[in-house]
Amino acid sequence: MRAVRFSRVATAVLAAAALSLTACSGDGDTPDEDEAAADDTPSADAGADSESTDDGTDEDAEAGAGADEGPLVIYSGRSEDLVDPLIEAFEEASGLETEVRYAGSAEQAQLLLTEGDNSPAHVFFSQEVGALGLVGDAGMLVDLPAETLSAVPETYVADDGNWVGITGRARVVVYDSEQVSEGEAPDTAEAILDPQWAGEVGVAPGNASFLAFVTALRITEGEDGAAQWLETLAGNGVQTYERNGDILEAVNNGEVKLGLINHYYWFAAAAEQGSDMRAQLKFGASGDVAGLVNATGVGILTGGEGRSDAQAFIDYLLSEEGQTYFVEETYEYPLVPGITGPEGVPPLESLGGPDIDLSDLGTVDVSAGLVDAAGISVG
Amino acid sequence: MLLLLAAAVVALVATPVVFIVTELLAQPDGSVWQAFWRPRTQTLTLNTIALVVTVTTGTLLIGLPTAYLIARTDLAWRRGWQVLTALPLAVPSYVAGFAWVSLTPVRGFWGSVIVITLVSSPYVTLPVTAALLRADTDAEAVARTLGAGPLRAFWSATLPQIAPAAGAGALLVALYTLGEFGAVAIMRFPALTWSIQTAFGGTFNRSLALVLCLILVALALVVVVLERAVRRRDTGHGRVRVDEAAARARLGPGGQLLAAGALTGLCFAAIGVPVVTMTIRAVQSVAERELEAARLAEAAATTVLLGLGGAVLAALLALPIGILSARHRARTVGALETATYLGHGLPGIVLGLSMVYLALLLLPSLYQTLWVLVLAYGILFVPKAAGSVRTAVGQVPLELEDVARSLGRSPVRVWTAVTARLAWPGIAAGALLVALTVMKELPATLLLRPTGTDTLATRLWQLTDIAAYGAAAPYAIVLVVIASVPAFLLSRRLGTS
Repeated sequence: MRAVRFSRVATAVLAAAALSLTACSGDGDTPDEDEAAADDTPSADAGADSESTDDGTDEDAEAGAGADEGPLVIYSGRSEDLVDPLIEAFEEASGLETEVRYAGSAEQAQLLLTEGDNSPAHVFFSQEVGALGLVGDAGMLVDLPAETLSAVPETYVADDGNWVGITGRARVVVYDSEQVSEGEAPDTAEAILDPQWAGEVGVAPGNASFLAFVTALRITEGEDGAAQWLETLAGNGVQTYERNGDILEAVNNGEVKLGLINHYYWFAAAAEQGSDMRAQLKFGASGDVAGLVNATGVGILTGGEGRSDAQAFIDYLLSEEGQTYFVEETYEYPLVPGITGPEGVPPLESLGGPDIDLSDLGTVDVSAGLVDAAGISVG
Repeated sequence: MLLLLAAAVVALVATPVVFIVTELLAQPDGSVWQAFWRPRTQTLTLNTIALVVTVTTGTLLIGLPTAYLIARTDLAWRRGWQVLTALPLAVPSYVAGFAWVSLTPVRGFWGSVIVITLVSSPYVTLPVTAALLRADTDAEAVARTLGAGPLRAFWSATLPQIAPAAGAGALLVALYTLGEFGAVAIMRFPALTWSIQTAFGGTFNRSLALVLCLILVALALVVVVLERAVRRRDTGHGRVRVDEAAARARLGPGGQLLAAGALTGLCFAAIGVPVVTMTIRAVQSVAERELEAARLAEAAATTVLLGLGGAVLAALLALPIGILSARHRARTVGALETATYLGHGLPGIVLGLSMVYLALLLLPSLYQTLWVLVLAYGILFVPKAAGSVRTAVGQVPLELEDVARSLGRSPVRVWTAVTARLAWPGIAAGALLVALTVMKELPATLLLRPTGTDTLATRLWQLTDIAAYGAAAPYAIVLVVIASVPAFLLSRRLGTS
């Protein structure tokens, strides 16, 4: 008896689902197209890829002809809501078609490594350069032309020329304005260690930007200096979080007085919660590693080798329109010289003073080891 | 034949473990040992063990009394409570975690314990309620007439009957807690999963990530072996129910009030807190975003479809192993069943990557389509359905099958005419559990979904990632509402009379 009643409910649910399925395929034209496209691309690409493993040289020559098959497949580590309008603008300006897959930069890198030669992706647009370095080290990024690489200062391109920086994000100290005055808030790496902040500093030890900051410390202070800095921070009872956004929330709630984050998180949160935020930003002092500028970047994957649309996409990101978009929408620093930076933030030239080549930041595992040894890391 | 089928399914289900081992072998020699022997690894392992033990105990402490109140007392509004106490299953741990962090100062170990215990206690409440409703109350009555107090009678006569159900529920809780990432990350508790995520993501230390995964697999093995030990004490199938009105304990006015108060508190903490928080966030938001109604509806439809697809497939795949383990106690069957659960304590990112690996190996042309996503869900969540199938088939009296066979029915006809017909509600319950899990699943979905397709969970993640909590709130609320449907059906299935 009970079984019968239950089966009736289940049938009703299934029927409803079937209805919604037909409704989807009936009027929802976009998802259908998306699905069809997704169906086609990987198989087409898998075919092309298996060819390229057979006779790589011929494939290169053919690809050099620039015939782009199917839409440009972009793996984006940058968030959809931030970059989708830009990608639409790119499609409109170029008449090209794209297919963008969104996930975290690290997840995209792991996905690419797992996919290997079978990856349908042509371009990797990453939130941070560490993930690009990882994919590049696996031999999955192709060299970019010299004119692309020279579009931004040398600091912001890969040493081996397989990725180029697009925008800059400054490391900042975020402080609770109800407990700390602007003048008190530290703006150097050294000042963050002051005993008055014991138990009151939040960091995200597994976060790529924090690890880049540690690498920068290693470059400026030496291995011992960096280890010393981390040990003192740990000795002060540093609080650890998973993400920059979590630290910002914690400072905004008064849970900790200070946090080390990237500057644009604050602007995103202010847009959401109103600009009278309790948490406020203190930018790093000129020339101090506290104001390190990290980059977002892009590279062409081996699967997209020779595609003219891939190159066109990178050119667009480096164009005035592309750069201005990030300035206005995400408050990031344009890396192409001559383009005005965002309002309300100190100019790029006054920050990140230490002369650090972002390619050197690739030794992130060593930095992670130091953080771990100091007993801070969760990883 | 059945054994072959079961072995094939188990081979698929064990993909995550195979993936980890294959990848580990490809790592440079020294790096693996180094990762294994560092002191931090031990701390993380102990943290995870403490979390699993505490959460499992917590869900038993909540689930057993709740089930008892619903099944064995004259508690007012029992049907309502039965549904409400199942609903926490509909709340994703990352939503619950976010809510608790926003509203309260709890963090760390106890914060993780509270959130995970609240959202997973129905794993215990549901099967134990069902077992109590089915259990033979005569034995308890006999114990009472022999002079045993009510507690002692319950302990010696009824507890052994519900122990397998409680064990099966606790197994799901323990495995879930092992692989849980959303809540521990928000609560900032250094468990193995958080480190695995960091090692994969922030520090790109694949060796370390894989070693930590292997530890999770080993811990899952311990959990499964313990559960099998509990279940081995199960004495038989097909119990008799006596008139249950006579067996219901009277609570009295004070007891009624106390019980209602406790259950209200429990449901508010598990469902009220997250829903209230998301609503507040939606109202507070000053960002002038339009409600993405069309997108929300589309994501909801995708979520429902995937949930149903994954559920049906997982239940089908779970049939061979479930039937075998219900009917045979051979060592091979036991080994196969154990292997089914080994990968189930792994975090979503590893499960997702292993399915990418499997899809590219077997079905490259379907990669990044909804088909592969449904297949992956089916494979990943067989363990969620296997227990229900085993219990349901186990309760079909062997005598009935024998009768059918003696009437000349073929084994297949016996199965369709007798076993499947009687076991069907239990199998469906397993499928519902899978549907719930699929709807809330995030990390594997992000990796495997077709480009451009959203589920409620992936869109929710995208919006919270850019701190757009106001825009994210409707997704969280719709997700909880939709996932409530299978949770509701699950609780109704138990029935009360």
